[in-house]
Amino acid sequence: MSEQLHDVRLHVNGSVHEVQVPARRLLSDALRHDCGLTGTHVGCEHGVCGACTVLVDGSPVRSCLMFAVSAVDAEITTVEGLTEADDTPEGRLSPVQQAFSDCHGLQCGFCTPGFLTTITAGLKENPDPTEDEAREMIAGNLCRCTGYQNIVKSVLRAAEIEQERS
Amino acid sequence: MTTKLFGTKVPRVEDQRFLRGQGRYVDDLLTDDPRLLHAAVLRSPHAHARITDIDVADVLDVEGVLAVWTYDDLVDAMAQPLPLLIPHPTLTHGRTQYALAKDEVNYMGEAIAFVVAVDRYVAEDAVARIRVSYDQLPPVVGIAAARAADRLVHDDVPGNVGARMEQENGDARAAIADAPHTLRLELDVERSACTPMEGRGTVARWDPDTSRLTVWSSTQTSTGVRGCVAAKLGLDLAKVDVITPDVGGGFGVKINHPWPEELLVPLAAMTLGRPVKFTEDRREHFISSAHERAQVHHVEVGFDDDGRVLGLNVEFWHDHGAYTPYGLIVPIITSTQLLGPYKPANYRVVFESLYTNTVIVTPYRGAGRPQGCFVMERTMDAIAAYLGKDRTEVRSTNFIQPDEFPYEHGLVFQDGRPLTYDSGDYPASLEKLKTLVGWDEFEDFRAEMAAQGRRVGIGLACYVEGTGVGPYEGAHVHIETSGKVKVATGLTTQGQGHQTAFAQIVADTLGVRFEDVEITTGDTRKMPYAVGTFASRAAVMSGSAIHLASLRAREKALRIAAEALEAAEDDLEIVDGVVSVRGTDASIDLGTVAVLSNPLRYAFDEASKAATQFSVGDPGKPPVAEDDEPGLEGKDFYSPERSTFANGMHAVIVETDPDTAEITILKYAVVHDCGHLINPMIVEGQIQGGVAQGVGGALYERMEYDEAGQLLNASFMDFLMPYVTEVPTTIDIDHLETPSPLNPLGIKGAGEAGVIPSAAVFAAAIEDAERPYKPTLAITAMPISPSELFDLRLAHADVPAEAIAEETR
Repeated sequence: MSEQLHDVRLHVNGSVHEVQVPARRLLSDALRHDCGLTGTHVGCEHGVCGACTVLVDGSPVRSCLMFAVSAVDAEITTVEGLTEADDTPEGRLSPVQQAFSDCHGLQCGFCTPGFLTTITAGLKENPDPTEDEAREMIAGNLCRCTGYQNIVKSVLRAAEIEQERS
Repeated sequence: MTTKLFGTKVPRVEDQRFLRGQGRYVDDLLTDDPRLLHAAVLRSPHAHARITDIDVADVLDVEGVLAVWTYDDLVDAMAQPLPLLIPHPTLTHGRTQYALAKDEVNYMGEAIAFVVAVDRYVAEDAVARIRVSYDQLPPVVGIAAARAADRLVHDDVPGNVGARMEQENGDARAAIADAPHTLRLELDVERSACTPMEGRGTVARWDPDTSRLTVWSSTQTSTGVRGCVAAKLGLDLAKVDVITPDVGGGFGVKINHPWPEELLVPLAAMTLGRPVKFTEDRREHFISSAHERAQVHHVEVGFDDDGRVLGLNVEFWHDHGAYTPYGLIVPIITSTQLLGPYKPANYRVVFESLYTNTVIVTPYRGAGRPQGCFVMERTMDAIAAYLGKDRTEVRSTNFIQPDEFPYEHGLVFQDGRPLTYDSGDYPASLEKLKTLVGWDEFEDFRAEMAAQGRRVGIGLACYVEGTGVGPYEGAHVHIETSGKVKVATGLTTQGQGHQTAFAQIVADTLGVRFEDVEITTGDTRKMPYAVGTFASRAAVMSGSAIHLASLRAREKALRIAAEALEAAEDDLEIVDGVVSVRGTDASIDLGTVAVLSNPLRYAFDEASKAATQFSVGDPGKPPVAEDDEPGLEGKDFYSPERSTFANGMHAVIVETDPDTAEITILKYAVVHDCGHLINPMIVEGQIQGGVAQGVGGALYERMEYDEAGQLLNASFMDFLMPYVTEVPTTIDIDHLETPSPLNPLGIKGAGEAGVIPSAAVFAAAIEDAERPYKPTLAITAMPISPSELFDLRLAHADVPAEAIAEETR
């Protein structure tokens, strides 16, 4: 028996990806293996670690808990889509990305894409968080390397950079 | 050195690719190759069983399945057990598993069958259709069951004892018998695991055009994997390349090798003629990758009125799981590093390393030191309590003094070398810690809190960590004609920022711009001689090798430049990649020196014209001198006589809820001495991460096995790895720098430090918080949960309320 495939049009980072996937294909796998966007990482496949977090219509979503076929018509943003256009081919780091670099908010980098997307959405909602609010913002994501100290600093620094740039 | 980057907080170069989603981890590789196949593994659902039949008939019909292998499909070296990596004379009953189980399974999670299919979903469908018949055998779960030995893990291992090892300096039992005071303690630590965010993974591709096998693996040792793959697959070493791409954390578990999949994936790639990938999922990581930590300890200590330890006798039992691929490294480290910064006059240690029907045990960050530190520091606290002395005073009495280095313990360390500490200043570290945490002011704080009905306690713990174990690491430095510097070292990287820290060393030593240096790690094509990244050794070993190799390249650059500039070598300096004669305008770029170093027959650009044989050289001499070679390169190896010993001390203030026994961290302080710091930002990041991992180990994380050997919490839902909400809001860190005399940069390892004293320091602080109310309560087992603390309270009598009021007045 062969698995039925569905034609799915995914809108990711402003581009359209036409993919053929079975109904059970996770969005995380579709992004990584069908769209070639390997910046989204899979850490637990049961929605606990947050490494696979992407933005679906601007809201953080665990892409391992969503099927690719359910993401039709949604605007998806992955870590690759966070950089801001400038006159360089690679683009400028977003405030959140820059803050992580400034504050040593990452070590192995595996959980980082999920934090970056989560904080990007978090700062849209609350552009000037207190330290406690910064902690709350990242309280659903796991990191095994940093001990979170510098990730909290990165959230606060990102808010500053956002201010400086606007 | 004019541009001094060593010791500064240089931002990490690797961050750019990680932040842009352009890291390349093993599961990211070959994703656009339509020929790529995916593997899945059938794992034992039972802890101990005999396999009576495996029926794969239903699998072959599944569309998209290309191979199903069981033990019977393996031949030659692949049909032999996996290697026992670190043999030891006392490991008399070492056992390792087969790549796929042969006749018997000894832990839940052991690999039984290997399926290759067009994608992972299909491969998992196929795994679900394999039918295995088992005869269940009684499982041995936990140290008590292993010691009881009424059931055996392996029929041919009597008593479940893999090894028994004893070391003694002096006569500990006699000293204890003669001592004015003695104490006995029973101390337990439970199982836990590294749980990096990325599990294991391997990709392999066989290239029939060049007859070469390329293996990418998420490992802590590329060269180790390469050696195993070549040996097991019957290939010449020269046919196998192993590349470690970006790795999503290791913490020790990825130093063990070869995992079954590290051999089966390359074998499948060769057999099927298509690239194959295996990516471990989270549940697989819990049940088939390694654990650590579980030990039971019995301590006898004899001491004098000052608390000076006259004799220390430690017996402990180490749970090494179902097999012993990594030898006895963990219990050997416990048995030696238990001593910490102290010098007991007589010390005896004996351990048994025991088989259980649970996941194998290999080093996890700290590697036996957290247990050793827990044992020693609990003992120090018990002595202080017995004598009614301040806990810092008892420790001071037992410290090795700064003028006693090098200090010889009279024991053999994990590298087979004498346990000899190279440097440190423990009294100075303790003073710093007391200031940092406010040790002397704590009783006022306790009284203030008690007046509000709050319970607080303070604890401290000291450790010494042997880092930078041998045998060696090497480096190759190549200055290209562009002036760019390409550096390769063979050990791997799992997030430690090696591309930055090592480039800092090169920039300083060679005199080039940091931006011009590119570091490659863990690629056997570029550096085939290497050991691996473990035991806090990367900075010490590869850092030193890179420094030495850079010196060699510099030496050659100066020799060629001196000739070109007609100046004496001593008058030259190299700054930002330009060699110049001090005090003059005469200069030459390192890139041009590289051109001159390689006499050419063919010009391919303007720069190379200058190096053709009609342009340079003395016609009376060979173009390359007899004792020289072409190219501007330097290669060297660093192989120290013995390990270098870093040290540190942690203190924590906790609050325990009088009703719920919830444990809250109020303050965490660290004093750390790893010699000279290459990049303080990276070192502090390592400490912060280690402390968080230690908090997990002390208060939350444990492997919950039931009596049948089922791991009940094999997910991040149930294994309580800390989120930001569980770690201290701040960690106060202070450094002491006592340089190591054993390496040219004076550095010591820093990677494991943060996690070592956690169990000890939390046990001490929680006990200290409880003692005013429950004077007999002792924390002797870690980790500890609020409910366990609650139960402990119930088991001990209260101090009468009037007495507490008196005390706090």
